[in-house]
Amino acid sequence: MINLLINDQKVAVQNGTTVLAAARKLKINIPTLCNHDDLCVAGNCRVCIVEQKGAKTLIASCATPAAEGMEIHTNTLKVRNARKHIVELLLSEHRSDCTKCYKNQNCELQSLANDFAFGDHVFLDLVEDKKYSIDRSSASFIKDDSKCIRCQRCVRTCSELQSVAAITVANKGAHQKISSFHNRPMSQVVCTNCGQCVNRCPTGALVEKTAIDQVWDAIYDPDKHVVVQTAPAVRVALGEDLGYDPGERVTGKMVNALRQLGFNSVLDTDFSADLTIMEEGTELLVRLKKALVDGDKSISLPMFTSCSPGWIKFVEHKYPEFLPNMSTCKSPQQMFGALAKTFYAKKNNIDPSKIVSVSIMPCTAKKFEADRPEMRSSGFKDVDYVLTTRELAVMIKQAGIDFRNIEEANYDSVMGNSTGAGVIFGATGGVMEAALRTAYEIVTGREVPFGNLNITPVRGMDGVKEATIKIEGCVEAWKFLEGAELKVAIAHGLANANKIMKMVRDGKATYHFVEIMACPGGCIGGGGQPIPTNLKIRQKRMAAIYAEDEHKELRKSHLNPDVIAIYKEFLDQPNSHKSHELLHTHYVERDNY
Amino acid sequence: MYQVGNLVKELSDKHGHARESLMPILQAIVQKHNYLTDEAMVEVARELDISAAEVYGTASFYTFLDTQVKGKYVIRVCKTITCSMKGKSDIIQSIEEMLNIKVGETTPDNQFSLIETNCIGWCHKAPAILINDLPFTELTPEKVTEIIKDYMQK
Ligand code: SF4
Ligand code: SF4
Ligand code: SF4
Ligand code: FES
Repeated sequence: MINLLINDQKVAVQNGTTVLAAARKLKINIPTLCNHDDLCVAGNCRVCIVEQKGAKTLIASCATPAAEGMEIHTNTLKVRNARKHIVELLLSEHRSDCTKCYKNQNCELQSLANDFAFGDHVFLDLVEDKKYSIDRSSASFIKDDSKCIRCQRCVRTCSELQSVAAITVANKGAHQKISSFHNRPMSQVVCTNCGQCVNRCPTGALVEKTAIDQVWDAIYDPDKHVVVQTAPAVRVALGEDLGYDPGERVTGKMVNALRQLGFNSVLDTDFSADLTIMEEGTELLVRLKKALVDGDKSISLPMFTSCSPGWIKFVEHKYPEFLPNMSTCKSPQQMFGALAKTFYAKKNNIDPSKIVSVSIMPCTAKKFEADRPEMRSSGFKDVDYVLTTRELAVMIKQAGIDFRNIEEANYDSVMGNSTGAGVIFGATGGVMEAALRTAYEIVTGREVPFGNLNITPVRGMDGVKEATIKIEGCVEAWKFLEGAELKVAIAHGLANANKIMKMVRDGKATYHFVEIMACPGGCIGGGGQPIPTNLKIRQKRMAAIYAEDEHKELRKSHLNPDVIAIYKEFLDQPNSHKSHELLHTHYVERDNY
Repeated sequence: MYQVGNLVKELSDKHGHARESLMPILQAIVQKHNYLTDEAMVEVARELDISAAEVYGTASFYTFLDTQVKGKYVIRVCKTITCSMKGKSDIIQSIEEMLNIKVGETTPDNQFSLIETNCIGWCHKAPAILINDLPFTELTPEKVTEIIKDYMQK
């Protein structure tokens, strides 16, 4: 242990702890900008400076390890003045139009400025000379350099957590900027649209491309029937933007709020998650049969899940040789969209051209996915607008709904029913667990051999998880799998996905089935989730997801009554011709820059 | 614009495929071709298994690792204070008139590019320019005209 004094208070910390963390232990608040719990130390913004006795200059507390006998002061005149000047200098290059800014009231720079209550400006305002540009090309987010403080959280996110490095620090000095490869529009580079950078940007320099106004227009168009679907991870995070602590499940209130916003039908992506399990589970079993029994060499294994559009785009850019390994299943969002304008329309006798289909997602990549040309199987754009969890919170505030005090409500029916298996799609390992619950039962006629259906080896926050399931006691149709060991792996965050891909590519791992989610923690840590998101918060949301599962009456996808009904009335059976038309897709190779 | 061909592969085989080889590889390409094309940067990224944006980020940090098309001869005129006081503007004007381009531009035949640079360490013999790697010092408009003429005949 290391002993030091901060503001004359004693504190003992582990070796390697930063001065910043030691101060936090004493509940002493030191402001930060470039620092983020998920990322490595950068030490470039300097707002966290403190005075160290005996040191010539002020030190950055986030980048300085605590040392024995250190004496630190966080609140001297020198510190305060320096910090004030640092923030003022940032603001001198910053287009501070807070009241018109999307991040108003949710901006770390603004709250620092607020703490200091600057009156006059001592520094020249350089904004007009700067020729900042705004890149609106991405389907998922807007990059506004006039709001950027060059803290590089986005750059570190994209390289450390996502191993994509679509953005970098270009040029130097006054010309320094966050840039893609040779300043290309973000829509034309290797960016996966995951939005992890957006989630970590402390200012309004990176924000989601919002569809709020378009959705309001649709709701208020008397000619339109507006259906909304809600992804599993939204219900365990939305509360954070509406006054709740992380980990609160607000499913019922969310459903009621959506109804009050004016959506004609409030339905559940969990339904199509269950459907995904039927389609993807069947696809896996068919692939296994073809590969293991028929010896068909054209079958690609392992099969990778395809629910995460950021992950799909990652493979399209970086590992196109593995596109045949991707499950052809669309993501639950897109399955839902294709059915909304076909099955749902028919069943409710509504002209599909009058249906506007909206989805609430924890994800910014879903905006890109919905815009893909492949996603028009209904003959229309299958999902018209995608809103992130954060955007839904904004709409609820705009509508003046008293979220804390509204009643809970239930989803509408037909495509509103779901099981616990659909719910856990929102956490890393969830798709795997849901798939195993169903596939194991199809093959053996028995439930998975795990207590209370909880397949714990595939759960948790480890970056790469592996498990082997021995298949025994197969029913007649699946006898060929008797005694087989199904090898599965799970990764979340694209840096971990990259590790798996390298192992598979180099022949160092032989899996049958791999689940990958682009975002750390899976969808609960999605780029469209409330800010801040960090490990502690992801863990709380994850616990909430599993609690939601445990509270469900049905916990296996194949028991979902809406799923059973749709196969009977409309789709025939998993992987049928109709399923392929509406629920499956294909992928394209993209450039790697 | 040049085709990078096998160059990047040869260079990365020579310097190694680790990230540390990025600078020597970029320098060697620039040595040969005066600037980095997008194609060259993408190739380097592929050989070193890093992103193309990272290659661009590194290159754009260094003025001498140019990422814009440059002519066969890159004329860099020192813009810092000593050269400025000793008549840098006249030197630039002479070159601009001779080549019929402005600072920052390249001649249509891709022979010459004219840019300004920070201090090149020849303050005691200002004003100074670099043409590719070669310094020319204590310049006058007449002297620089002669020098450029020589290069035009090369
Ligand atoms: S980024 Fe923050 S400080 Fe800048 S205008 Fe927006 S809210 Fe204000
Ligand atoms: S875009 Fe945001 S996260 Fe990236 S450097 Fe600028 S302010 Fe920081
Ligand atoms: S959206 Fe994801 S891939 Fe794109 S720049 Fe941001 S972190 Fe990188
Ligand atoms: S938070 Fe410490 S230098 Fe930025």
